[in-house]
Amino acid sequence: MNTMLKKIVSSNLIGGKQGAFGLAMLAALIFIILPVGVDIFRLNLVGKYLTYAFVAVSLVLLWGNGGILSLGQGIFFGLGGYGMAMFMKLEASDPISTKIQTTPGIPDFMDWNQLTAIPWFWEPFNSLTLTIIAILVIPAAFAYLIGFAMFKRRVGGVYFAIITQAIALILSILIVGQQGLTGGVNGITDLKTVLGWDTRTDTAKYILYYLNGILLFGSIFLSRYILSSKFGMLLLAMRDKEERVRFSGYDVSDFKIFIFCVAAMISAVGGAMFTLQVGFMSPSFVGIVPSIEMVIFAAVGGRASLIGAVYGTLLVNYGKTFFSETYPELWLFLMGGLFMAVVMFFPNGIAGLWDKYARKIKFLNKIYEDEKPVAETSATPVNAEEIGAKA
Amino acid sequence: MSNTDFVLAVEDLTVSFDGFKAVDNLTFYIDKNELRVVIGPNGAGKTTVLDLICGKTKSTSGSIKFMNKELTKLSEHEIVRAGVGRKFQTPSIYENLSVYQNLEVSYPKGRGVWGSLLFKRTEVVRSQVMKIAAEIMLSDFLEMEAALLSHGQKQWLEIGMLLMQDPELLMLDEPVAGMSAKERDQTADLLNRICQNRAVIVIEHDMEFVKKIAHKVTVLHQGKILAEGPMDKVQADEKVIEVYLGH
Repeated sequence: MNTMLKKIVSSNLIGGKQGAFGLAMLAALIFIILPVGVDIFRLNLVGKYLTYAFVAVSLVLLWGNGGILSLGQGIFFGLGGYGMAMFMKLEASDPISTKIQTTPGIPDFMDWNQLTAIPWFWEPFNSLTLTIIAILVIPAAFAYLIGFAMFKRRVGGVYFAIITQAIALILSILIVGQQGLTGGVNGITDLKTVLGWDTRTDTAKYILYYLNGILLFGSIFLSRYILSSKFGMLLLAMRDKEERVRFSGYDVSDFKIFIFCVAAMISAVGGAMFTLQVGFMSPSFVGIVPSIEMVIFAAVGGRASLIGAVYGTLLVNYGKTFFSETYPELWLFLMGGLFMAVVMFFPNGIAGLWDKYARKIKFLNKIYEDEKPVAETSATPVNAEEIGAKA
Repeated sequence: MSNTDFVLAVEDLTVSFDGFKAVDNLTFYIDKNELRVVIGPNGAGKTTVLDLICGKTKSTSGSIKFMNKELTKLSEHEIVRAGVGRKFQTPSIYENLSVYQNLEVSYPKGRGVWGSLLFKRTEVVRSQVMKIAAEIMLSDFLEMEAALLSHGQKQWLEIGMLLMQDPELLMLDEPVAGMSAKERDQTADLLNRICQNRAVIVIEHDMEFVKKIAHKVTVLHQGKILAEGPMDKVQADEKVIEVYLGH
């Protein structure tokens, strides 16, 4: 009884033996198995998928635990990605390599669009420090604005989803339309270096892949901390009975705005890492389609499981690459079917299936042994994440 | 309006929905340590009065003073923080959380964003949860998922969640609805215990239950007070028998 209570009362980042096992497996896959097992071309592709995993993790916080479905996370992925792209583009546009342009020293697409000077809002992106700050602050500030306008007026559920989707569409149209300022539909391309360091070499790709993995784990730990705190419990409570939370003395909108901002920042880091690893950024990663794809990644992985979201992202993208190489026209139908199957037959995604069947495997059962009495004698999960997975 | 010694002073309170006055020029006062029961036929405006006090519905005119603090201009969470707790008609608990977590989440510290992120689950919090759990007869169900509780236990859990906040004024909307006879008796005892150092307003239809708990009864009819006073006096009132109790 006493030990049980201790387990409920104490909270940590790891999530007990079970949580530690899940993290260790994911770390082994990302940091050892994949880098050893696949060539650098494929690893770079995995690195690209893992940047989407940031968004999937942010959706676990926002949607899986908070019940706030955002169909516009591409906005923040894009803001982060464009921030990094603007920095790298300015660096790539030095007067020597752009000397054939009418106005040397400005990005090529600006020159094609008859611009003769760098627009004012590009100026801060000359500095890497300011760029990194902008990658975190601009998405958070934008999320704050949207969140403040929506949640203070108690707009939620489907309406919130539709509005975020509309904003994603508006932003992508804006980017396409302002070709001279943003590179238009082609995006910002030919990105080569960061402070003179060439990001296209194999060594750089390995380094960026590992940096991406570390940042992804950082995001998972940050999310774990939030979910295991009282804030996390309140998120679950709000998802269930928002009125009760409000009439227990909490300003519900503040909590929603905060988690929306955190989700925006995590997504933006993913966007910035995308630009670094892939070498370009375009509006096709901002609009409705990518935003919805990311929701599917989270749903397939298990919308309440942080680790599940990473596996979901990897699996769906592997499927996408595999099928679009062999049967390109089938892929979209398959993805739609997959989403429907998840919603109808396994709403907790891969994580839910894992929870259900992992105990049946002999050697895994040993790892889960310690937790077993708790699970059998009580219905109380040890950490917030599992509560979500049960829902 | 002048300040009073009452815990709650409702004066000239009116709310109209598209011209329909659900609460019409209502005035009543609640004393310290008083347990007041509000009865009345369906549509009399009982729940609306509670909605107005806790800020769920905004009044059209009139004033609600809680310990001389005007509530009509405050938002819901500010009213709760001032010391007003409200239980809803259907049990409103967090089904996915355990009984323990339901109570812990209701602990009145860490109510801001940063406060909740840095909230420490100390021994003080734990002992408060245990104390309230014992009070609401759920000590043996702490680890159970709240969804699995019986209907009556859910009602108690919601009362417990309010007690965690130690409110000065507790408002309960039909706390014994759907309870067995035994559970009703236990709830009556519970209410008699918890009104020791706070004021309680209860909306109830079950007259047997009302007799067990009420200090004073207010009868509402069409948004107005029909009668007010001790139970036996109200029960004998001609008008009350006419519109509500029946002959």
